[in-house]
Amino acid sequence: MTNPYDVIIIGAGIAGGMVARFLSKYELDILLIDKEVDVGMGTSSGNSAAIHAGYDALPGTNKALTNVIGVDMWPRLSQELGIQYERCGDYVVAVDKEDMLVLEELLERGAHNEVPNLEIISGEAMRRREPLLRPDAIGALWAPTGGIGDPFAATIAAAENAVMNGVDLKLDTAFKDFIMEGDRITGVRTSQGDFNCRWAVNAAGLYADEVMHKAGVRPEFNIRPRRGEYLILDKADFQLTNTTILFPTPSEKGKGILVASTLHGNVIVGPNANFVDSKENRDVSKEGIEEIWSGGKKLVPAINRKHIIAEFAGLRATGNAPTPNPEIDYNQDFIIEIPDKVHGLVNLGGIESPGFTAAPAIAIKVIELLESAGEVLTEKMDWNPVRPPRPVFRHLSREEQAALIAKDPAYGRIVCRCETVTEGEIRAEVHAPIPADTYDAIKRRTWLGTGRCQGGFDMPRVVSILAEELGIPEEEVTKKGKGSELLFRRTKDVEEDYLNMEDLL
Amino acid sequence: MKHTYDVIVIGSGPGGLAAAIAAKENGAGDVLIIERDIELGGILVQCIHNGFGLEIFDEDMPGPTYAQHFIEKARGTGVDTLMDTMVLDITPDRTVYAINKSQGYIQLVARAIVLAMGCRERTRAQILLPGSRPAGVYTAGTAQRFVNVEGRMPGEQFVILGSGDIGMIMARRLTIEGAKVKRVLEIMPYLTGLTRNYVQCLLDYGITLQKQRTVNRIIGRDRVEAIEAVSVDESWNPIPGTKEVIPCDSLLLSVGLIPENELSKKAGVLLDPVTNGPYVDDRFMTNVPGIFAAGNVVHVYDLVDWVTEAGYVAGKGAAQFAQAEAIPEGKQVALEAGENVRYVVPHKLTKASLAEELVRLQMRAVTPIEERVLVTVEDQDGEVIAKKGEPYARPGEIISLTIKPKSFEAVQKAVKLTVNVRKRK
Repeated sequence: MTNPYDVIIIGAGIAGGMVARFLSKYELDILLIDKEVDVGMGTSSGNSAAIHAGYDALPGTNKALTNVIGVDMWPRLSQELGIQYERCGDYVVAVDKEDMLVLEELLERGAHNEVPNLEIISGEAMRRREPLLRPDAIGALWAPTGGIGDPFAATIAAAENAVMNGVDLKLDTAFKDFIMEGDRITGVRTSQGDFNCRWAVNAAGLYADEVMHKAGVRPEFNIRPRRGEYLILDKADFQLTNTTILFPTPSEKGKGILVASTLHGNVIVGPNANFVDSKENRDVSKEGIEEIWSGGKKLVPAINRKHIIAEFAGLRATGNAPTPNPEIDYNQDFIIEIPDKVHGLVNLGGIESPGFTAAPAIAIKVIELLESAGEVLTEKMDWNPVRPPRPVFRHLSREEQAALIAKDPAYGRIVCRCETVTEGEIRAEVHAPIPADTYDAIKRRTWLGTGRCQGGFDMPRVVSILAEELGIPEEEVTKKGKGSELLFRRTKDVEEDYLNMEDLL
Repeated sequence: MKHTYDVIVIGSGPGGLAAAIAAKENGAGDVLIIERDIELGGILVQCIHNGFGLEIFDEDMPGPTYAQHFIEKARGTGVDTLMDTMVLDITPDRTVYAINKSQGYIQLVARAIVLAMGCRERTRAQILLPGSRPAGVYTAGTAQRFVNVEGRMPGEQFVILGSGDIGMIMARRLTIEGAKVKRVLEIMPYLTGLTRNYVQCLLDYGITLQKQRTVNRIIGRDRVEAIEAVSVDESWNPIPGTKEVIPCDSLLLSVGLIPENELSKKAGVLLDPVTNGPYVDDRFMTNVPGIFAAGNVVHVYDLVDWVTEAGYVAGKGAAQFAQAEAIPEGKQVALEAGENVRYVVPHKLTKASLAEELVRLQMRAVTPIEERVLVTVEDQDGEVIAKKGEPYARPGEIISLTIKPKSFEAVQKAVKLTVNVRKRK
């Protein structure tokens, strides 16, 4: 048993990562654990990348409160973490009178939530802004504070900034149980051993219900995974006129199937919202593809199936927690609490959309909860909120590219042709504060393999580079951790044959 | 290193090598090949199977041997090469931007350019394959590189989707390396690759091909554990009661090739939505003056020999353009796909070309005809200008037809030419 940590954060998704990053500001010994081999592989790995303005969440809910605080944190946060974020605004598009009533309702909700500068614009004005929109749109809600982020980069950068500021990160470390003394949590049992702590933060995403049940908290709380499927279009073939997000009017299933730009230059179509039986079921289904395609077509008729280059699915951690304020009739709210029954637990649950937007606000709320529980938090003298970005070759000017290659020739070799990713970028990620040591980890960080050839060109090259950098045989390089090895063995075991021949001689 | 070249060829596969050689042989001064890999030869480097060279050399060679012939010829004629170098951009005024490790950022100007970037493979997303996303789903060409260049096995128990040539060739290759190929599935009711590959790679090795059958779902979280196969009707709808879960650790995709034209687009080259390659005339010049295209970048060929032949034509055109700063203007006539023809290349025929030489047309049929067919080139009035008989027409096999100088007069009068593949009456 090691020295006790002040705080152990269970789950290194966007919520856990942000909690770790903001808590790393204080004189605390913090451990961040995740069951997967990389950060952000759960709910944070598959979503729309939207930074929501905050007009959708029901006023008075935790979702609304953290969304609206969160959206205003992103401009500075993205600067500090050196990640992309664009406040391009978003639209909810109406095609009939009922839709227009929904826009009015959203406008009103937005006003309650104090979302600034919301406006309902005419169909004509909307089409002027996005000529590719279906021609019969009759109006739209314009939310200028809506935007687009990069959930992979944000999760990685938050965790990395935490690690830079002294947080211990243990990956491939699954939560098993709490160690309790009476009603007090004193540690966490994991697949990699036991760790003592004074506080545990449950940021376990899809598994947050199971984690809190281990502490005897909220036995009625239940997370049902709700799958959202997505399609990505080739950026060379199809673009929206302006960088933006186009939503249909929301239904009880959620915000609906959007057509949006991504910060990587592609158009994304999705998601649907269907409950699935397993918290690991990220399968893409035939029916799902048809569902989101027809949804996308409804908004932007010009999208073409020939331009699809990627398909994926994410899972929402949909909970059943009522809003703390009993006057508000809502049963799918975020849980952000220190439960009464148990000491030493900060409990997060049901963090689905707008969780990405809200994550930094949830982190601030966690700090407030700790302080309100009597924790005296002392700021570190040397806390560094800045996580310096590493060079991204494709974002540089020709002059900058030339200078970078002159400094390090590894940036002069393109490994991923579709996304123009260089060997230098891959090597830099292997040596980053959170070392990328799988193919998918490299992919999420550099964006290689995400283009039209989907890794067909880069994969053999990346495998060689990873094997060399990690000092392992190519057969041990994995896609996403043990059990996902890409190669099985060498062709023809010649060396052994030679040995036998020598024996004969 | 020089800054200005008569001809710059992008890619050193069979099309690029032939283009560079032809450019030199037709009077171009400085000719440069830019290759992204560390060896010349393009995809031939990993094609260690035979079947190359039958048309040009009347000899059956493995890919690297075939490539070596042209590599030596290119070296002999004094073609310059830039290896391990990626072209990032080409402008319509023929400036080429590229990078490599040793020279950094490179900016070059060419009097003529030959695009010879080849093609890439269609992926699982492009055919919207459902299921999980584990390790073990590879395109056949990526698997081929792993086995033949890196010397590594990407799996032991394979299902192959698609009866394209690389898929069938890999079925044999993997079997020779001790892996088990459990099934080749083809969604179409016919073979999409060459019949000879079916015989030599599947039949001879006892590998089962099932037509009108496809992958319904990929199963496995970390690594492929199985695939679910299903039979489909003519419209690709699954037929109830035909599902079968086939345990395997790898799924190989051989579901089509797409000409690689991202650079072409940057240069302002217009693409044919059917071939996914540039619109070209009989000299393989694109719509952008001085920019030519050769080989699989134009349309996907069945045989490397034809790619080489196209490279020669494009390289000659590029050399002429480089020396004259223009090709002599000449009236052109459009060639269009007619009855049962999916596409025909070239898209335009220069009327004057036939005065001196043959022009080879290449086309693909829309639907198979398993009896004798007549391939015709007709003018706007239905007048037959050239024709040829074939024992059958299959979409998986390109049909070639040569227009000979004797048709010169007829072509001069034509306003439009249409190519047809019909049952022989």
